[in-house]
Amino acid sequence: MEEMVNVYFYGKKYTVPAALTIQTAMEYAGYTLKRGVGCRHGFCGACACIYRIKGKNELKTGLACTTQVQEGMYITQIPYFPTDKRTYDINDLSANQKVMMELYPEIYSCIGCNACTKACPQSLETMQYIAYAQRGDMKACAEASFDCIMCGTCSVRCPAGISHPMVGLLARRLNGKYIEPEAKHLTKRVEEINNGDFDEAMAEMMNKPVDEVKQLYNTREIEK
Amino acid sequence: MYAPYPENMMESIKKVEATRAARMATEPRRLTAEEKDDLLAKFHPDYNSDSFAEIKVGPNKGQRAPLELANMLHSTSRLMTDKVDISKIDYDVDVLVIGGGGAGSSCAIEAHNAGANVMIVTKLRIGDANTMMAEGGIQAADKENDSPVQHYLDCFGGGHFAARPELVKRLVTEAPDAIKWLNELGVEFDKDADGTMVTTHGGGTSRKRMHAAKDYSGAEIMRTLRDEVINLGIPVVEFTSAVEILKDEKGQAAGAVLLNMETGDYLVAKAKVVVIATGGAGRMHYNGFPTSNHYGATADGLILGYRAGAPLLYQDSIQYHPTGAVFPSQILGALVTEKVRSVGAQLVNANGEAYIHPLETRDVNASGVIRECREGRGVDVPGGLKGVWLDTPMIEILGGEGTIEKRIPAMFRMYMNYGIDMRKVPILIYPTLHYQNGGLEINGEGFTNVIPNLLAAGEAAGGIHGTNRLMGNSLLDVIVFGRNAGKKAAAKYKEVTIGTPNLDHVKAYDEELKSAGLDTGDVSPLLLPKYARHER
Repeated sequence: MEEMVNVYFYGKKYTVPAALTIQTAMEYAGYTLKRGVGCRHGFCGACACIYRIKGKNELKTGLACTTQVQEGMYITQIPYFPTDKRTYDINDLSANQKVMMELYPEIYSCIGCNACTKACPQSLETMQYIAYAQRGDMKACAEASFDCIMCGTCSVRCPAGISHPMVGLLARRLNGKYIEPEAKHLTKRVEEINNGDFDEAMAEMMNKPVDEVKQLYNTREIEK
Repeated sequence: MYAPYPENMMESIKKVEATRAARMATEPRRLTAEEKDDLLAKFHPDYNSDSFAEIKVGPNKGQRAPLELANMLHSTSRLMTDKVDISKIDYDVDVLVIGGGGAGSSCAIEAHNAGANVMIVTKLRIGDANTMMAEGGIQAADKENDSPVQHYLDCFGGGHFAARPELVKRLVTEAPDAIKWLNELGVEFDKDADGTMVTTHGGGTSRKRMHAAKDYSGAEIMRTLRDEVINLGIPVVEFTSAVEILKDEKGQAAGAVLLNMETGDYLVAKAKVVVIATGGAGRMHYNGFPTSNHYGATADGLILGYRAGAPLLYQDSIQYHPTGAVFPSQILGALVTEKVRSVGAQLVNANGEAYIHPLETRDVNASGVIRECREGRGVDVPGGLKGVWLDTPMIEILGGEGTIEKRIPAMFRMYMNYGIDMRKVPILIYPTLHYQNGGLEINGEGFTNVIPNLLAAGEAAGGIHGTNRLMGNSLLDVIVFGRNAGKKAAAKYKEVTIGTPNLDHVKAYDEELKSAGLDTGDVSPLLLPKYARHER
């Protein structure tokens, strides 16, 4: 007999197989999910949820798709949270502290409670990356926030109303565009292509009889 | 002893460990062309004729399609029973983009930048797409020892010489510019200190041209594109599916009928150009396989386009990614990125043998895993499934301690979530339904056949990859063909005058179904997989 557990979706009790995730348990219970479901493998942040195990004080956060059900789990999904994304023209910005002060001034209201870090299903040092952003260290903020899936559980828990995923995203875009060194070989190759340097060789390849292309493919040298 | 697996699996791991040093001293041999053909014919699911049906109606009548896709093609429209007043227009735009993934977003950005009034409608949220889940990387021939012609050869050969040459040409020629465009939007590619892109091999590449952003490559690209769409103020109508293409009396696409997924209300969008960028079909579970795909990957765009008269190409060619998770059950079917093999892990059977080169093309490696399991060299998993090992501890030995956390942090996290430390023990895999090689047939400019102002881009389009796609060519395809569609749509709408939108083609299709005696009892497109259990 399959091991079963009792869980509570929005306070209503369902008995579900213990091996399921919160997401598959909801489907087992009969829900057709529209909100609060996405990639189902932990990459998109659509399925953030809050839960508490009956009898325990701690309020936990997690992704419905990667969190296994437990006995006595009281679950609510957070299919949407009003994080506040500020709009900008990335071409008009520069990677300095002033950008953060202007676009996300509330980061300076952080009270250091670290609730964001505790809430992160990716185990990121969320408060730390906000601290990097405060200092204008975009590179450090970008690196520390890189694995963010933008589920918003940090923001749900933040007493200062910070939209952490949006701050990390801005830092990463600034870092990728302005701080990381240019890939010169890439710039050069784009110029060569625009210059038509490969046109002749490409036309020649495309005009070869298929048998000749097969021969070329099957005997091509593979870089070690 | 660290034992995160059941006993039989730990026993097999002893054999994997015993052969590791010897395996690492030699590289497994590459298969010959004949050996590959033989392996595919015997073990690839595309060769299992029981899982296909003949298409009975429409432009591809007489050809075959996977059973589940054929069922959708043979089902009727919601609009044959649900009545919608299409004379009432809710949205009127130049360019309507159906789908908010990598292709749809790239398309909308380029169309907007070219001056078009463009709108995205998407079934779930913008960014809820297979693009977000792409892990390993994106190809572009931008290194000194490489060229677009070499990339062409790899792509064309890897796809069994079945791809449309003009599409492959566009893919590889515009690849470096796609990377540059993304980088200038702020996408953080893995680079050396001097700015040189860190590039690796993928299955079937002859040069190291796989660019990556750790193993969050697609997520990094998708979240940046989404941010840009919002910054540009492009309207995005979320939780809204297209359920039919509208046409006018001249046979042009005229917009789409939309369905608000939350309220069940229908809406009408009129447009001068329509782009189908609805993505893949993993959630159709062809051949009964689990899938690495997004919840919304239900082949909707294929149905929309087909019913409007646009033919499909290679709709019977499906990619099974060789390495889907098969243990623990909570992550069944989840993608284990090919990058795990790019950075050194071998495929090893239950006896500890590296039975194949880990970087053969995906169809070949998927067939290899199936062969090992069928012929008794797989590892048994509770629940009756089988798998082979991906020897991940090799990565740390080859690249040094910390390589796994640095290069494939998502994989490390996915397994650690269930107490499996892939630095110490190998992980068990089996093929997972990953990609729709075919789709709506497009010409070299990205337009579907027959309907002059209907484009398709991304996974919904067919012909770019022939009958097998290489790793890193899909992220590339969504960017290259998404951008191309945006530019072409923005040029096209200026010369289009739309007449009166109608659904005559939907009625005609329904008549055709009736004449063919087809009554599946379903409606299409599917929109959402039927996962809710209603048993008592």
